[in-house]
Parts: sequence; C-alpha cells; structure tokens
Amino acid sequence: MAFLNGLKCRECGREYPAEPLNVCDFCFGPLEVVYDYATISEVVSRDRISQGPLSIWRYADLLPVDSEEPVDIMAGYTPLIKAKNLGKRLGLNNLYLKNDSVNPSFSFKDRVVSVAATKAVEFGFDTLACASTGNLACSVAAHAARAGIRSIVFIPSDLERGKVIGAAIYGPTLVAVDGTYDEVNRLCSEIGDNYPWAFVNINMRPYYAEGSKTLGYEVAEQLGWRLPDHVVIPSASGAMFTKIWKGFNELACLGLLEGVDAISFGPDQNTAHHPAVTTRMHMTQAAGCSPIATAWQNGQTHVRPVRPNSIAKSLAIGNPADGIYALRVLEESGGSAQIVPEDRVVDGIKLLAETEGIFTETAGGVVMSGLQHLAESGAFGKDELVVVYITGNGLKTQEAVEEVVNPLSIRPTLSSFEEALQGRPLAIR
Amino acid sequence: MDKQRVKFSFEGDQVKDPIIYQLGRNFHIVTNIRRAEVQENLGWVILELDGEKEEIERGLQWVSSTGVRVDPLSGDVIEG
Ligand SMILES: Cc1ncc(COP(=O)(O)O)c(C=O)c1O
Ligand SMILES: [Zn+2]
Repeated sequence: MAFLNGLKCRECGREYPAEPLNVCDFCFGPLEVVYDYATISEVVSRDRISQGPLSIWRYADLLPVDSEEPVDIMAGYTPLIKAKNLGKRLGLNNLYLKNDSVNPSFSFKDRVVSVAATKAVEFGFDTLACASTGNLACSVAAHAARAGIRSIVFIPSDLERGKVIGAAIYGPTLVAVDGTYDEVNRLCSEIGDNYPWAFVNINMRPYYAEGSKTLGYEVAEQLGWRLPDHVVIPSASGAMFTKIWKGFNELACLGLLEGVDAISFGPDQNTAHHPAVTTRMHMTQAAGCSPIATAWQNGQTHVRPVRPNSIAKSLAIGNPADGIYALRVLEESGGSAQIVPEDRVVDGIKLLAETEGIFTETAGGVVMSGLQHLAESGAFGKDELVVVYITGNGLKTQEAVEEVVNPLSIRPTLSSFEEALQGRPLAIR
Repeated sequence: MDKQRVKFSFEGDQVKDPIIYQLGRNFHIVTNIRRAEVQENLGWVILELDGEKEEIERGLQWVSSTGVRVDPLSGDVIEG
C-alpha cells in the first residue's frame, strides 16, 4: 500500500502534500490524489487482487491509503448478476446488474466512506462528519462505529424517519438542521471549514471520491477482466460517474485487462484515457434535479446549478461538484445523459423488483427508467454487454412505493379466501 | 475579519451587470477573483470575499437579491 505521491489541483496543476485538503489555495480548484503508478505497476497483478479480502480492500494498491488495517465493514465485492428476465423484456442478451444495494449500510456510499474513514484515522482525526439526506449519514455513522471514533451527522430536520433511524442506530451525534436545502448546505460547508473534523466529502473529498473507482474495478474483475460496452449510472455530484471511468482506465493503463497492453498514464493521471477503453458511459438523473444531464443535452461545458425538487432525494444535488468533469467523461466516452421524468422513477423501482427480485431505492428507479429509455431508443446492440449500477436499497425509501401494498383482506375462513381469489390468476378452477 | 469563498452564477443579461464591482463599492468587502468563465449569456466566477462576517452576509444577500446565484465554492456538501 501507500503508493500516493500527494495531491494536485485539477485546474491549475499545483501540487500539495497528502493532507486533509480539498481546495487549491491558489485557484480554488478541486484537489485530486496523485499516485506513483510506476511502483504500483511493479506490485499489482490480477493474482494479487484475487487473493485479497472480499471487500473493496482487495484493490488497496489502487486506493490512497497507507494503513494496513483499513476501516472495513466489508464494503464492496457485491454481486454482478446477469439479468435474464429484464434483458428479455428490453431485448438485451447481455444485461448485467451490479447490485450495490447489498452493501453493509445498504448503499454504494460504504465504498467511499470506508476510504475516507481509513484516511481520517491515518491523519489522526477523532471525529468523522458529514451532511446528508440519507445514505451517506448511515455509512459515516457505521464506519465511525467500526473505527471506534466519534461521528457527527447533519441532517435536514424534515428527513424521513427510516433514514434518521438508519443513521442514529450507530450512535452518532445527530444534528437536525431546521432550514431550507440551501441554508443547510451553506451552514455545513462553513462548519466543514471551521471545525477540526474529518468531513468525508469536504476535507477528505480527494480520498473519499477514489472509493468509487472500485465500482469499476469490480465489474471488470467479475467479467473476467473485461470492460462492458455500456454502463448506466445514477448521478448526483457526478463523482461516482467520473471515478468509474477512471477505474476502467487505470486497469487498462496498468495492463490488468485481458488482451490490453499497459501504457503510460501521460502527464495528467486523472484524465488518462487508454484507447482500449471503449465503454460508453451513460448517466441518469431525475427531472427534478438534472443539472448535469441538462447541461449535456444543451451542449454546455458548464453546469448551471438548480434547486432540487425530486422524489430521488439521494440524487438531489443542485450544485454538483464534479459536474463539469462528468461532462468531459460523457464526451470522451461517447456516452449520453438521460433525464428521467419524475413519474417514471417508481416504475423503474417496480420493474427491477418484478423482473429480477431486487428492491432498490429511488436512485435505482432513476437508473432503471433511464436504462429502459436507452434500450427502447436503440442505444444498445442486442448482444452488447450492458452493466447497470444499482447503488441503493429500497428499504431506505419505502414511502415512495407504499402504493404496492394492496393485500387481499379476508376473514380466517377458507371460503373467504376462495372468494377473494375469484378472478385472479392464482384461483383454482 | 473573515474570509469566505463563493461561486456566483450569472445568466442572461446579468452577465453584463458589474455585480462584483458594486459589491466591493457598496459594502466593506474586498473581492478577490480566482477563477471565472463567461460565455455569451452564461457565466460563473469563483472568488474570495474579505470583510466583517456580517458585512459579507449582507453583501451576499444583496447579490442574491439581484438574481445572481450564490453557492459554496466546491459544490453542494449535503449528499444523499
Ligand atoms: C444511492 C445513490 N446512488 C448514486 C448517488 C450519486 O453519487 P455521486 O454523488 O457520486 O454522483 C448517490 C449519492 O449521492 C446515492 O446515494
Ligand atoms: Zn489550482
């Protein structure tokens, strides 16, 4: 481990030591980690990875940590499932689902937070913090518990009960902020700048975001060290989207993919593109908060912030930090960005549940409806390999689908039961 | 004294308004632009404001009242 050279500004290229920092002092651009790929390439191999733990830490050589003992609640190594029923429905013979809803705290956030928490402990922080409307809060509180450090989690005061409990159970200090989305955001950003805490997506952000690369690595490994032809991804900040692409390109540049020769990363590691990486990256956002997809569809190179108003609360980031970088990945990969109508989100959740037996949250509903639209509009060849990322669990957003509960109510008699079955497919004739 | 890093987003004719000039003139705030991009009818500026906390607060309220969007520097920190 420890193949980290430091941090570098994505905009002006100034370099910084590997510290708890996320913004360039000079141009206020975002900082990204810089690796010593020369050494990594001598150490890393498919064999070494396959002998690693069954979590994201099997890719430790490619993550920005020194610690031999990561803060690990076993994030990652989630199933990649061939979706035969759904594939048949959509006319796709090679459709796969990356089911990240089965992570320990039930979303892909465990990947990023596991890296951030490990780094926070390395830096000597005793408090892990975040501002969240759900998944991130759960994951931060869970990882802090595992690390034996404190956590403080800021939530909007009108957050649904299920999400509050899902975070509170791990024993964080919960702060419910009474205010608008903008007010909560501004306050937390200020707190992040002023308190000596490891704020996972503020001062830990360069390290934190790297955790999402493992979503790319795992899919490649599970496909026998090959890349899909298409991936379909739900986006909020756009970080995961850019990091999956980075993960694919790292594997290629390091020569870890089947039949692909290693090449140099070039002068800018974070935008390296190996010509063998031809995966098309498709982004999905819900109509009530689609700043990146809107910019893409309008051909703009920057992202106009919006006020979110979406059923997909886990994707409701109005001012996405990685929006412009995601636009570049869309461009470079020949991908697309889909705006999913709000009233199709629940349809997407049901479609996945009914065809493949997976219950996803609203973000999964967005990606499913986006996938369906792509398939119907002919974006995929019928034998092309398509991977859809299901990033969160349906138990977190049950209120969105309460309408499905519609039982046959009967009295405790056989006749009442048979009466209720009348005219239903299950009825015995 | 306090420092605050913010991002202003402009649209349409706002691009032509001297918002940052007026912010420095009408409030006790020193403005320091770090990065910007302006297209025909769309633009953003990332800058640092230097002044008393209340004065910055007042100044930013005025900027918002003109319809220019004011955001924290590095995007939204509240995540799903
Ligand atoms: C379930 C789920 N999927 C996707 C995302 C989007 O991630 P990103 O902000 O990296 O685009 C989030 C988080 O914000 C999420 O909670
Ligand atoms: Zn810089």
